Amino acid sequence: MTADTVGRFERALEGLEVGLERVSAADARERIETIAQEPAVGAPLPFEGVSLPESVTTEPTSAELEAARTGVTPVGFAIAEYGTVAVESTATGAEPISLYPERHVAVVAESDVVPNISAGFDRLAEGFADGRDSVVFATGRSATADMGDLVHGVHGPGDVHVIVLEDR
Amino acid sequence: MAQRTRSQQADRIRHLLETEGEAIHTHASASNARRYETYGATDDIEALRAEARSIKEDAIDRLPDLIDTVKNAVEANGGTVYVADDAADANAYVSEVVRTETEENGIAGDGDTPSVVKSKSMTTEEIDLNDALEADGIDVTETDLGEWVLQVADDTPSHIVGPAMHLSRPEIAELFNERFDPDEPFETAEELTRFARDHLGERIRAADVGITGANFVVADSGTITLVTNEGNARKCAVTPDTHVAIAGVEKLIPTLSDLEPFVDIIAKSATGQPISQYVTMLSPPTDSPTLDFDDPDEPITGDWESAEAASADGNATGDRDFHLVLLDNGRTDMREDDQLRETLYCIRCGACSNSCANFQSVGGHGFGGETYSGGIATGWEAGVHGQESAAEFNDFCTGCTRCVDACPVKIDIPWINTVVRDRVNRSGDPESYDFLVDGLTPDVEEGGLDPGKRFFGNIGTVAKAASATAPVSNWLADAGPVRGLLERTLGIDRRRDLPAFQRESLVDWFEGRGGPEASSRRAERAAARENGADLDREVVLYPDVYTNYVDTDRGKAAVRTLEALGVPVRVPDLPESGRAALSQGMIATADRQASKLYAALAEDIDAGRDVVVVEPSDLAAIHREYERLLPERSVEQLRTNSYEICEYVYGLLENGADPSALSTGDGAEPVAYHSHCQQRTLDLEAPTVAVLERCGYAPETSDAECCGMAGSFGYKREFYDLSMDVGERLAGQVEGAETVVASGTSCGDQLETLLERDVPHPIELLAPGEYRT
Ligand code: SF4
Repeated sequence: MTADTVGRFERALEGLEVGLERVSAADARERIETIAQEPAVGAPLPFEGVSLPESVTTEPTSAELEAARTGVTPVGFAIAEYGTVAVESTATGAEPISLYPERHVAVVAESDVVPNISAGFDRLAEGFADGRDSVVFATGRSATADMGDLVHGVHGPGDVHVIVLEDR
Repeated sequence: MAQRTRSQQADRIRHLLETEGEAIHTHASASNARRYETYGATDDIEALRAEARSIKEDAIDRLPDLIDTVKNAVEANGGTVYVADDAADANAYVSEVVRTETEENGIAGDGDTPSVVKSKSMTTEEIDLNDALEADGIDVTETDLGEWVLQVADDTPSHIVGPAMHLSRPEIAELFNERFDPDEPFETAEELTRFARDHLGERIRAADVGITGANFVVADSGTITLVTNEGNARKCAVTPDTHVAIAGVEKLIPTLSDLEPFVDIIAKSATGQPISQYVTMLSPPTDSPTLDFDDPDEPITGDWESAEAASADGNATGDRDFHLVLLDNGRTDMREDDQLRETLYCIRCGACSNSCANFQSVGGHGFGGETYSGGIATGWEAGVHGQESAAEFNDFCTGCTRCVDACPVKIDIPWINTVVRDRVNRSGDPESYDFLVDGLTPDVEEGGLDPGKRFFGNIGTVAKAASATAPVSNWLADAGPVRGLLERTLGIDRRRDLPAFQRESLVDWFEGRGGPEASSRRAERAAARENGADLDREVVLYPDVYTNYVDTDRGKAAVRTLEALGVPVRVPDLPESGRAALSQGMIATADRQASKLYAALAEDIDAGRDVVVVEPSDLAAIHREYERLLPERSVEQLRTNSYEICEYVYGLLENGADPSALSTGDGAEPVAYHSHCQQRTLDLEAPTVAVLERCGYAPETSDAECCGMAGSFGYKREFYDLSMDVGERLAGQVEGAETVVASGTSCGDQLETLLERDVPHPIELLAPGEYRT
């Protein structure tokens, strides 16, 4: 997508207090390693030339999932307008990995950042047609005001980082 | 449920104002303010609302088909759909699912209690699912923090979105300290939340079955949509290997593309966020691996080579179970009911509650039934629990219409309330005070109607008689014994000043000064003097009950203003609009009055005269409610030819009339202006502001939702304290201003009481010859 769309995405995330970094495929691994607090678990990244750092455990056991401080997952696409990332339910566990640990690192290809919700629904429809029909739009951090004040990170991550892979 | 007496109701309201009012007001009004902001920042909000509504209309229309469609879709995915007729049916089914699943997994039978985690769902509140499961020996834990707090407190939701809105942080802390006895007592929201996270996390990881509601169900793909901020719904849905989703049948929408406007609008309406943190779209059973925290060393992804292969062809990993329970519980009958059907379009965002001034004061424990709360609760309760549950709180709706602007699917909530009130009226027992009202009110409503309602519903007749006997009637009405009688029989609170009836009505005054001929001469002279625009208009000024008998000054000011701008006026004796009757749920009376008014005005309209209305609620009746009462053509005719007084003056000024004939300010003369609920819904605040500005004033508008008086509401004994509570919020906004004006009679009355000074209609400020306080 255009630089503008990613810029808009970045601004939306700023409002949600979510960091965004643009990195090239070559640098991705290193950046993820820096951001991911250990112990970290992850779902394999399906982007060519990008792999998870050694320190990130894939195929975690339930004990590892429970203990993890960071979960790294790819996301199918992102919606710039609202700062939303679309996490798909996959057999590799992207959904629980994005949900259980306190910190979520979401990795998205630049070309998968779409401008608005309407374009997001177009992508959703394509996914549904291909059988990827369980998706979570996650926007910012888990939040609750039920205990009298706004608090982040009750059932979902209280800390989110988005990595946009350039050149794709 | 037995109906409370008036004084029981008054006590209860006072109690809620004291105990829950503050917390409710803080939260509901903050959500309301954020909604304004987000709606305002969304360019296509009206298009979005229109689209959402039309999708719902279509979906409810096709409901039986959609049920078949979703059955096929979910079954093709490997899940099960169960359509439950009522609460007992739904509960029995869910209980059975939990039993079977736990037996299969070897849990039940060895002394372990089957455990369920739940995400927030009003539908399960509606059927009292928790009680039913617990009675069957099943352990249930709510995981939404608000719901969990209520579960710990053994309390009920007070808001459909923020169930624990009525509890403050210190109250929650106290509750938790008492119940869980921590080493260090909880104080901050942070500490409470951390504790909840750990406690509920354990419950979720150990649960046998996860139960969620559904905000929307996409029929053709079998996709359940869950909208939350906390992420607990996702955990409940995907952590245990059995997921039961419970949704009213009205949650069905046809296709994925129909989901888009709802995902876009639901958080905007509910909390004023652009979108919720988590919008989960599940077409279960999902591909996500099941998580077995009892077996910590097993990779969560199991054999993921084969899992990958399985998911590639769209099938789940095999060990997940999914049940969709579609609840009818009266909804099919609501669909058949022409008046209640709209309730089914509701997406349960709570915007109507947040926008409601009365709700902001007492919350859902006052303004609600067995389950649902706020304005739309009347429709829900009447539909799912029966009329008596709705009757309890139905009169809290003053018909102010502020919620109509808030509702993302544009439901005419006040109309549903009027209809239910009418039905409740008709089902009551005849009361013994009828003789008091009988002589005054030859209405067409059946017996059994509350005499207070009959009194206010026929206020025109009352006013006429009182005016004929003024000032004796005023003196009598103020006398102690009479006030006592009025309070006991009609429920008119003795603390409230009654309107003072004028001996000379506006109509008589107008005739006395020469009628239409004299008015024409005055208008001609003014036009010649201003040698301004040749407007060639003629006005019929509608003498509503208050303008005609009580607040004649504003009527006189309207006449003089129009004449000064070169427009001749007539003030014929016209029938009541029906607005007062509608407020009391007396639809037959309103219907009859509407027909009479139309007949009386038809000739003037045919002659090209414009109808100008001073009281906004009467104009609202003509523009909004008449479409329910009169033939379409008549309504159209009335609508296109009737105007609010300041709107009309604005039109005259725009068309060349010269404001110098009026009482103008110095260009920046400050005035605080409180519009009127219905006037705002009709978009008529702006023209009044514009007229004031053109005439040299600098109006500051109030943003309190309502004056708290809204017609007869504030006169009624049971609502007096609530009315004052709401009114004080408005008064607080305007009290600093030297001049305060208000468009509605009741708003003016309320402000005069609270501020202890005169609060005129804006037209009195503008009329030639300065307004004197
Ligand atoms: S009636 Fe409208 S505003 Fe009220 S909860 Fe339903 S959808 Fe929301």
